[in-house]
Amino acid sequence: MKLRELTALELGAVIKKGEVCVREAVQAALDAVAAQDGALNAFITVAGERALCRADKLQAGVKDAQSPLYGVPMAIKDNICTRGVRTTCASKILGDFTPPYDAAVVEQLADAGAVSLGKLNMDEFAMGSTSETSYYGPVKNPWDLARAPGGSSGGAAAAVAAGMGWYAIGSDTGGSIRQPAAHCGVTGMKPTYGTVSRYGLIAYASSLDQIGPLCRDAADCAAVLDVLMGHDCRDATSLPGLDSDWNGSGPRADYGHLLERLTGDVRGMRIGLPAQCFGDGLDGAVRAAVLGAAQVLKGRGAEIVELSFPVLEYAVPAYYIIAAAEASSNLSRFDGVKYGWRAEEYDGLADLYRKTRTQGFGREVKRRILLGTFVLSSGYYDAYYKKALQAKAVIKDAFDRAFEGCDLLLTPVTPSPAPRLGDSLGDPLSMYLGDIYTVSVNLAGLPALSMPCGLDAEGMPIGAQLIAPHFGEGAALSAAHAFQLDTDWHRRAPKGGEAP
Amino acid sequence: MIDMELADYIARLSQLELEEGEKRAMTAELERIVAYMDVLNRLDTQGVEPMSHVFPVKNVLREDAAQPSWDRGELLAGSPGGDGEAFLAPKAVE
Repeated sequence: MKLRELTALELGAVIKKGEVCVREAVQAALDAVAAQDGALNAFITVAGERALCRADKLQAGVKDAQSPLYGVPMAIKDNICTRGVRTTCASKILGDFTPPYDAAVVEQLADAGAVSLGKLNMDEFAMGSTSETSYYGPVKNPWDLARAPGGSSGGAAAAVAAGMGWYAIGSDTGGSIRQPAAHCGVTGMKPTYGTVSRYGLIAYASSLDQIGPLCRDAADCAAVLDVLMGHDCRDATSLPGLDSDWNGSGPRADYGHLLERLTGDVRGMRIGLPAQCFGDGLDGAVRAAVLGAAQVLKGRGAEIVELSFPVLEYAVPAYYIIAAAEASSNLSRFDGVKYGWRAEEYDGLADLYRKTRTQGFGREVKRRILLGTFVLSSGYYDAYYKKALQAKAVIKDAFDRAFEGCDLLLTPVTPSPAPRLGDSLGDPLSMYLGDIYTVSVNLAGLPALSMPCGLDAEGMPIGAQLIAPHFGEGAALSAAHAFQLDTDWHRRAPKGGEAP
Repeated sequence: MIDMELADYIARLSQLELEEGEKRAMTAELERIVAYMDVLNRLDTQGVEPMSHVFPVKNVLREDAAQPSWDRGELLAGSPGGDGEAFLAPKAVE
């Protein structure tokens, strides 16, 4: 049996049956890391010994295991705190930070019997769209080592695509799960804001950040989300569930059972194609592949609806203003006093702060801190920050109206396939504009996934995005599952054990 | 709109130092980015309430129940200038 060709659920099933032991699975993944990660640089920290010890402990509980993912090796983006395992956020400033606690999602995964192989490379503080801003060097795309894997969860997408673990946990502030998933040919989902605890996620833009899975297919995503989603009182924006005590105001989330609700039945489902998402600036191969996905869903009984989404052009400026503003505030905590790295030479307290931050942060992080400080500063607040919050309200309204006429939206994830390494770094504005199809989802707090739907002429993966109304994870996953029942793009990922 | 003087000012507010060449490049990049943000001026937001959170978020009070605290030694272990007893930083007030 070629373990690395299995999905996470398939591996979980053979572990449960006793056909494969957990240690074998972990060893297979570690072998893949040893063979390939020198070239890919997807991991910042490999915790091999720890993973093998954990495997042996878990083996004793296989018979009683409840989770379908019990014993399945995976890995975690390095902005999610892991007790006793270094968590760098791909920054020099957190280079030797070992958290004294686990993030909520890490506790949930441990309860479900997950085995972590280690921590995944990313853009520094999740700021970037190519995973090239990491202090620990760029991640390479397993489909073409000369290209970026996307970002900021580029290590997560590359690891899953290359068979270095069966799924990964990433975070998505403006597309950081969906965009690298598209560029690496894997399936990734950002759930509804407030449905996965952010406790222990190192904050970039708190009103937009959300943790989610990157997997080999939609069914695996459903299974991982069943583990991750739920209320947590340690995150003030975490939403109560339908079955919980509820104080009578605000929305409640419909948690759980995503995997068992995954029917693949899309008959009568109305899938909207927003005209503005297929206009100028979209690569021809991407357009053709995403429209092809619409035809597959139509073939399974969905109804395709064309509609207008006139506010698309406001999403990128509104997003970058809000995200930078929150980043400038969130990153003020990194000052070289309580944890993290401290500059070696300084003259007094203020100089300690300045030298530590100046030498500890990379260029893109500084750029966003400066931009955020600017839009929040006296005299510019109303023109930029307040205006962006108003634009956010308008964008949310536009989604509400769109979902009156359809159940899901289908769009591209990115305007073009993965860029060549180095092409984006010199031109930050162009990199920001590449986020056009993903950022509006975060502004409106919606769930959305990216699924592989084709390859371009050079053999690079293309992703299609399905966006659902709040708490519509089940519908989006069902449509993706339906698509994957009829296609094999998700199985084309270079995951067979051969070097890419 | 963003010139070297304004870049200096926001760098100071951000507790960051920009050396001359970096400041010049950063000023030009920020100017281009901020100029692009002006696209938002085409959007009519007359009478639109600024939206901080998509869902109505309000303060929720919980029972004031005692919880075990973090281990002091573990927290101090991460401090770059700590002595195991306290966080250490240069004197701030003479």
